[in-house]
Amino acid sequence: MLSAEAIEKIEYELAKYPKDRRQAAVMSALRIVQIERGWLSKESVTDVAKYLGIPEIAAMEVASFYNMYDLQPVGQYKITVCTNISCMLRGSDEIVDHLQHTLGVGFNEVTADGKFCIKEGECMGCCGGAPLLHVNNTHMHEFLTTEKVDALLEELNKG
Amino acid sequence: MLNIEIDGKPLEVEHGSTIIDAADAAGIAIPRFCYHKKLSVAANCRMCLVQVEKFNKPLPACATPVADGMKIYTRSKAAVEAQQSVMEFLLINHPLDCPICDQGGECDLQDIAVAYGASGSRYTEEKRVVFNKNIGPLVSTDMTRCIQCTRCVRFLKEVGGMQELGMVGRGEHAEITAYVDQSVNSELSGNIIDLCPVGALTSKPFRYSARSWELTRRSSIAPHDGLGSHIEVHVKDHKVMRVLPREKESINECWLSDRDRFSYEGLNSPDRLKVPMIKHNGQWQETDWKTALEFAAGQLKDITKQYGGDALGVLVSPNSTMEEGYLIKQLSEGLGCGNVDYRLRQTDFRLDGKRTGTPWMGCNIQEIEELDRILLIGSNIRNEHPLLAQRIRKAVANGAELCIVSPLDNDPLMDVAHKVIVRPNDMVNVLGQILKAMSGLQKLSLCLPPTLNTLLEEIKVRPNTQKIAECLAGISEELILIAPKVGIFLGNMALSDPRFTEMYSMAEAIGGITGAKGGILPPAANSTGMHLMGVMPSATGMHARAMIEVPRKAYLLLNIEPELDCQHAALATDAMAKAECVIALTAYKSAALENADILLPIAPFTETSGTFMSMEGRVQSFQAVTRPLGECRPAWKVLRVLANTLGLNGFDYNSSEEVKNKIFHGEKPSALVWRSLNNNLKELVEIQINIKKEGLQRIGEVPQYESDPIVRRSPPLQKTKYNIRPMARMHADQLTELGLQDGDLVVAYQDKGSALLKVRLDNHVAKGCVRVAAAHPLTAGLGDLMGDITIEKASTEHAALYEKQLTEMA
Repeated sequence: MLSAEAIEKIEYELAKYPKDRRQAAVMSALRIVQIERGWLSKESVTDVAKYLGIPEIAAMEVASFYNMYDLQPVGQYKITVCTNISCMLRGSDEIVDHLQHTLGVGFNEVTADGKFCIKEGECMGCCGGAPLLHVNNTHMHEFLTTEKVDALLEELNKG
Repeated sequence: MLNIEIDGKPLEVEHGSTIIDAADAAGIAIPRFCYHKKLSVAANCRMCLVQVEKFNKPLPACATPVADGMKIYTRSKAAVEAQQSVMEFLLINHPLDCPICDQGGECDLQDIAVAYGASGSRYTEEKRVVFNKNIGPLVSTDMTRCIQCTRCVRFLKEVGGMQELGMVGRGEHAEITAYVDQSVNSELSGNIIDLCPVGALTSKPFRYSARSWELTRRSSIAPHDGLGSHIEVHVKDHKVMRVLPREKESINECWLSDRDRFSYEGLNSPDRLKVPMIKHNGQWQETDWKTALEFAAGQLKDITKQYGGDALGVLVSPNSTMEEGYLIKQLSEGLGCGNVDYRLRQTDFRLDGKRTGTPWMGCNIQEIEELDRILLIGSNIRNEHPLLAQRIRKAVANGAELCIVSPLDNDPLMDVAHKVIVRPNDMVNVLGQILKAMSGLQKLSLCLPPTLNTLLEEIKVRPNTQKIAECLAGISEELILIAPKVGIFLGNMALSDPRFTEMYSMAEAIGGITGAKGGILPPAANSTGMHLMGVMPSATGMHARAMIEVPRKAYLLLNIEPELDCQHAALATDAMAKAECVIALTAYKSAALENADILLPIAPFTETSGTFMSMEGRVQSFQAVTRPLGECRPAWKVLRVLANTLGLNGFDYNSSEEVKNKIFHGEKPSALVWRSLNNNLKELVEIQINIKKEGLQRIGEVPQYESDPIVRRSPPLQKTKYNIRPMARMHADQLTELGLQDGDLVVAYQDKGSALLKVRLDNHVAKGCVRVAAAHPLTAGLGDLMGDITIEKASTEHAALYEKQLTEMA
């Protein structure tokens, strides 16, 4: 069951589309539920599909296509590092190595304290700031160096 | 019209058509995987890339609309290079396991790789592996072979009405799957096997049993529902190996329902009766045809001589051919017996003798697509006629509005504009309301005859029926149609209802006001044909219901299992047990025929020639596709020889064609059909709109895969989700009223009989009703399909008995 807050937000999104095109709001709805619950379990995808009145598999197609949706539990902070061509040429491998070494986890793994998770990201469309990463799909950090990463982790650890 | 050129050939094509349409029409081959003329365009396989002049890259022929003056090259250097590259891409991950693949020999990928591919691939990387999914007992998956054309996904979404498969993941990780281990439950699911251009989706029952080139293909007609779908039966060593659809745009297009596709597995059932059998002192003994026929003829003669022809009852399956129906009718007449009937699941016979002609669906199957408004009365259409449901779905997708009046709120997998879900008894009232509302609508100047007016006087029109009336009249929220094309159809539940006459008369009156097409949707392959030939009681004869209500001394059964095929199972069983002699012409040995005395093995539709007449009046003959199993003989031959043995005259037919010629008096069948099909009534029938009815009513629907003896014996169909033990299904409010809960064990009583059933919460059932499936041994003790029923909580003794029943059945 979706929470009342989630429903309110989804209704806001639904209002942007014609009444008989509820499927159009699937991306927003999945995002809203993911933010609320941390990640998208199969039950969450089912909840969204049921609420929109679309086949469950249609919601799953969307949820599994975009890699900003998480179908597995993630830590409190999901750090997504872009590893596409521009970032790679600007040294994203080094950033990834450093992150993995510091946190002691590989891609798609969560640290034992449940705080961090590293993900491999696709191009975020800001190649001018390469190499870059974002935290929880929302906060982007550009022109990364290992020092910047350390500072970021420290800040997140505090918060 | 636009002028274009393909491969130097000047063509004139219509505005809006795509390159692939134009090429197909001109007979120019363009390879494709994802494109299918009946599905939306996905353009994701890229196999149909062609070169178009003035474009500096190849374009997909399936998704490129033609423009005037376009010059297209399908075999130019650029086009061939593009095709070869796409082929190489498609084969990157395709396992070359053709030797163990069921699709081998009829595989689009194989054929196109040979014709359009290069001789080798530059890829040496490891191929990806995709795990197989279990999507049910009908379709087998080998997902590593999938090339992601998404035809199956689009079919289930667009034609099946419910997207049950989808493509999850992205890029190299993309795969076709159902949602989290669910199965594909569409009643049209078998079509994805035909659509799959590779061996990713293959037929589970057919798997590893034959190669396509070993099979002989023979045409036939599907024998289960009233559509008369065209099928192609594939035979190897005189055994039916599989059934595929034959394309017939006006009937089944290129599809086939699962019932028609997989029922053939029942033809090879161990239950098949291979030799004639006679019961001697309660023991079945095998015998030869001569003895069996002489014994049968002797019994028939003795009984009709002693008690008169009236002592015999003849029950005929509406799935039998016209020839069989005609001969059994003649034979009964020869014996002076007027008790002949094919309407085994009907209760209300008040319209007998009042009809102008043979009732039919009132329009052509293809016409349904063009309707603007459709009213379905008492029909679970997906269960009854899956492909007709598909046509209605198409109409609805084109903007038609569907209204439903039914005791069941089953999802037809399409948008329903308005529905009224009420007890069968109240359906008459609802139809009356619609009629009254319609006569009051300002757009209509027509008034009702005074008799109807008085009947309708007391009826109060409710808002939702008012809406249906407005919808049928062409008024709806979004637009107003001045003269909408309306279709009104009565389904199986209406046909079995004790108040069918009322429903029919109301539907006819509504149809009269709206100028609607429509009529009944006869349940079986040859229901219409049986009516046309008058396989019905004579003026003094008894109808199917009376024959079992007032037991006869002897019965002659053609192709039926009485307790499963008759609408009152308990009476049927009882009548058979009481009879002195029951002669069954049957393809199967069956527990339901334990009370028979003589079993004569007849050939099912694959082993006999014959003719079916479909619900739209199409007369279609077919030939035997295999030779009869064991000592089985075509029923028309058995009836002929039986008549000869009885010493009756006029039974000298040498072939089923001769019988057919006799039926149609040597005329073209269409001429007789044209004169005969008519849904009008000769005279008004006394009807009552309001009958108070207290107590629960049964909705005794016949499940899709229990509809006739062949289907009942098809293991893959029996394994589907639709084959669930009959339960007492009720609405939540009804359960509260009765103090019951989901899962409780109850005793259901009808007349003298009863059945032990589990309770199931089902909010799709109208209040005041219990949905108890028919045509099942568990409910064989019950009575009328649409009759009164009482439900009581079961005792502990009952629970033990129920467990025993289950173990027995297993």
